[in-house]
Amino acid sequence: MTASAASSSSKVTDSDAAPVTLKVNGKHYDLRIDPRTTLLDCLREHLHLTGSKKGCDHGQCGACTVHVNGRRVNSCLCLAAMQEGAEITTIEGIGQPENLHAVQAAFVAHDAYQCGYCTPGQIMSAVALLKEPCGPDDEEVKEFMSGNICRCGAYPNIVAAIQAVRQKDKREG
Amino acid sequence: MKIFNLTRANDPAQAIAASAKARTAQQGADIRFIAGGTTLIDLMKLNVERPAMLIDINSLSLDKIEAAPDGGLTIGAGVRNTDLAHHSVVRQNYRVLSEAILSGASVQLRNMATTAGNLLQRTRCMYFRATDMPCNKREPGSGCAAINGANRSLAVLGTSEHCIATNPSDMCVAMAALEAVIHVRGSKGERAIPFADFHLLPGDTPQRETVLEPGDLITHVTLPPPAPGNRSLYLKLRDRASYEFALASAAVVITKADGKITRARIALGGVGTKPWRSMEAEAELINHAATEPVFRKAADAALRDARPQSQNGFKIELAKRCLVHALKLVTQAPND
Repeated sequence: MTASAASSSSKVTDSDAAPVTLKVNGKHYDLRIDPRTTLLDCLREHLHLTGSKKGCDHGQCGACTVHVNGRRVNSCLCLAAMQEGAEITTIEGIGQPENLHAVQAAFVAHDAYQCGYCTPGQIMSAVALLKEPCGPDDEEVKEFMSGNICRCGAYPNIVAAIQAVRQKDKREG
Repeated sequence: MKIFNLTRANDPAQAIAASAKARTAQQGADIRFIAGGTTLIDLMKLNVERPAMLIDINSLSLDKIEAAPDGGLTIGAGVRNTDLAHHSVVRQNYRVLSEAILSGASVQLRNMATTAGNLLQRTRCMYFRATDMPCNKREPGSGCAAINGANRSLAVLGTSEHCIATNPSDMCVAMAALEAVIHVRGSKGERAIPFADFHLLPGDTPQRETVLEPGDLITHVTLPPPAPGNRSLYLKLRDRASYEFALASAAVVITKADGKITRARIALGGVGTKPWRSMEAEAELINHAATEPVFRKAADAALRDARPQSQNGFKIELAKRCLVHALKLVTQAPND
């Protein structure tokens, strides 16, 4: 039962577009965008950073999770034009195929995904979780990760991957 | 989504002057403040909210938590839910508030959502969110599809023949029990609104949810000094263990002396059309021993006026058990 969004959309003219400078993964982008553009759509459609995924587009699934000023947020509920001056980090800024982030490597090692669609959001949440006041137990990790839905049901392996990174971090101080 | 103008306010006076031109500050407002955006952007995508202008108030420096001169706490309107829930004074003196916030939404949403935004959180009633269905809250006079519809998650307290939508906030339930005060600056000056007076019952105007008028900017919320020796707790019952709205919840703030309850503040969530303070339950607790039969009497009193719909009658007993269990936990277990 979703609303008929298309029926009441209005046309955008050039004068509706707002200038904005975004800083994403350390790089500055000067853009002119429709003010309705979410950060998620801006990243994917304007900057072609397609790692962040669109699942529900309503802040319910977490597939769009990125970091803004070091904190994880749902980029589908952020307006891009409100992010001037913010430090934005996407999955593309976390690691590279030849130089994986520890969380990415752990997801591979623990088989923490099946279809992979939720994985960028899961990893962005997991990377943020490492610095959040999350307790040591699996139950607490599950609670802190509840904003990221995995319809394949890879949850046990996602928790295992995160715990492996945390235990390694703890050992190495 | 309807096109809108986005402006950034650099000082409160500018924000107030710009928003004072709105036709209403309630459902259908043509001018809206935006901070976290977690409710507003969601509803704009559904065309439930169609503002012509958004005023970004994130630069107004409303994001501080400070000790108040009276020993209470001042919470800026723009303080993010995450920061409020994890603040050392909140964890120490207003535990129920920390627990309520952390029981709601996800980390991502709590990182975005603000104190004032949470005060104004909109119902999750599916008919409110679906523009192809009747809803008196969204379209006054169109009818209520929830009455005789899918109403399992909707309210049993404070309903009217026009609207049975539940207030979904967890934070507000704790603030009701803590007797918070909401501070508003508007075109006519500043005013302080006791929490119980801020949200309105639906009655025959469900589109009006709060006492806010065009130009009103919530600047901060104050919490009174913590009652000496109190213990507080938030208990939330829901269909999933995490990331789900309450079917029933209870915020309890209790002071006990010599086995008797000397002070009680009770509020319920998930069952009311507004955050539901229950003075009826409090009256049954005061000067009584902290025992289960007393708790049960308090719970019966809290739900005495409850009116079930076709699918949500179970909530009445659920809310009672929720309150009884919360009172057991808070009076029996050490609070830290």
